[in-house]
Amino acid sequence: MTWLVNNWSTVLQALWSHLALAIPAIALSFVLSLPVGWLAYRYRWSRFVLVTGSSLIYAIPSLPLLIVLPALIGTTVRSPVNVVVALTGYGMALMVRSTADALDSVNRDTVISATALGYSGIRRLIAVELPLAGPGLLAGLRVVSVSTMALVTVSAVLGIPSLGTLFTDGFQRGIVAEIVTGIVSTAALAVLVDRALVAIGWLLLPWTRART
Amino acid sequence: MDAGTNVNYLAQAFAWIADPAHQGGPGGIWARLGEHLLYTLIATTAAAAIAIPLGYWIGHTGRGRGLIVGATGVARALPTLGVLTLIALLAGVGVGAPLAALAVLALPSILAGAYAGLDAIPASTIDAARALGMSEWQVLTRVEIPLGLPQLIGGLRSATLQVVATATLVAYVGGGGLGRYLFLGLKTQDYPQMLAASLLAVGLAITGEVCFGVLSWLIGRRRPLALSNE
Repeated sequence: MTWLVNNWSTVLQALWSHLALAIPAIALSFVLSLPVGWLAYRYRWSRFVLVTGSSLIYAIPSLPLLIVLPALIGTTVRSPVNVVVALTGYGMALMVRSTADALDSVNRDTVISATALGYSGIRRLIAVELPLAGPGLLAGLRVVSVSTMALVTVSAVLGIPSLGTLFTDGFQRGIVAEIVTGIVSTAALAVLVDRALVAIGWLLLPWTRART
Repeated sequence: MDAGTNVNYLAQAFAWIADPAHQGGPGGIWARLGEHLLYTLIATTAAAAIAIPLGYWIGHTGRGRGLIVGATGVARALPTLGVLTLIALLAGVGVGAPLAALAVLALPSILAGAYAGLDAIPASTIDAARALGMSEWQVLTRVEIPLGLPQLIGGLRSATLQVVATATLVAYVGGGGLGRYLFLGLKTQDYPQMLAASLLAVGLAITGEVCFGVLSWLIGRRRPLALSNE
């Protein structure tokens, strides 16, 4: 506790850097997974390719990916963009599947009714299918958010600041309290963002409120 | 970096891997790969020795389900680097501490897999086994464990992948494995070497994922008819 009190500003700074890496990655994986997930939902044949592909992406160890990416996309190893791209890849690996499953879970009869009412193509997707897939999308997004918040920390060994810096710095200087602070604040931040997502879901999906 | 240098880096990394001077000997690629696999094997086996009996016990008796929910949540939220550095710092630098950390990280997935396998079996199947006069032990070993195998393999799969990936970080706290080259390259600003180490680690992980994929496909094919219409 003494360590935390004396180094309050360091932790706060690490916290902001952490969010600056994690939030764009979470948002990007959500947005980019929508069209890809829709593709997997709409065309059966693409499902296998996308699901297998995403499980392979998820199998790639994070630190090596952070080092291989610059050679592929021309960033540098210490660039935050590099980290955001890598985390978005992992996020999408989880989210594409959730998106396809969420769209699958929409009642067929509802979709047919919407078609009968004159909804077609993209309008039906945006006005009927996506909102009804909302709870499934939210569940997927929460998983992505929690795992992204933890994954960010690995980039600290490359010198990119985040809450993971508390691990590397604490290890090098032999301060147990610093590492414990890092673990606790990473978990707490993940819970906080998760709560925020649930709150957003509560606002955007009012018809699901009765159940909870 | 422009495209030309990127290709150049990749070529240098492959040349680094192909260089016979980097392959043999105690610090060579084969030795490091062996270390990496050994860490994975020891940590996963140790975790399985604790997690499988515990998961089966929870699945069979139905007691302590909250532990499973907690474990799966923690597994995703726990920063691996934090666990590794904390245990290394507390236990001192050496290979024992990182191995313990890897085992801790592998525990939740295996626990969840063992439990999920038993949980997915319809209650009527278990009742039928009891009606046939099977003892609790027989129900577990002859009905529940065989039927729950696919989920257990799934849990072992995620645990092994997690450990293979995290084993790269073991070198950060003073151990060996493929991460050695990575951190050596990082320290000396030798990008081709870092890249070579990363490519090896990625290749190993993908190979592992494919092996487990084939294994679960084989087991899925041999699933008993009783559950095939689920």
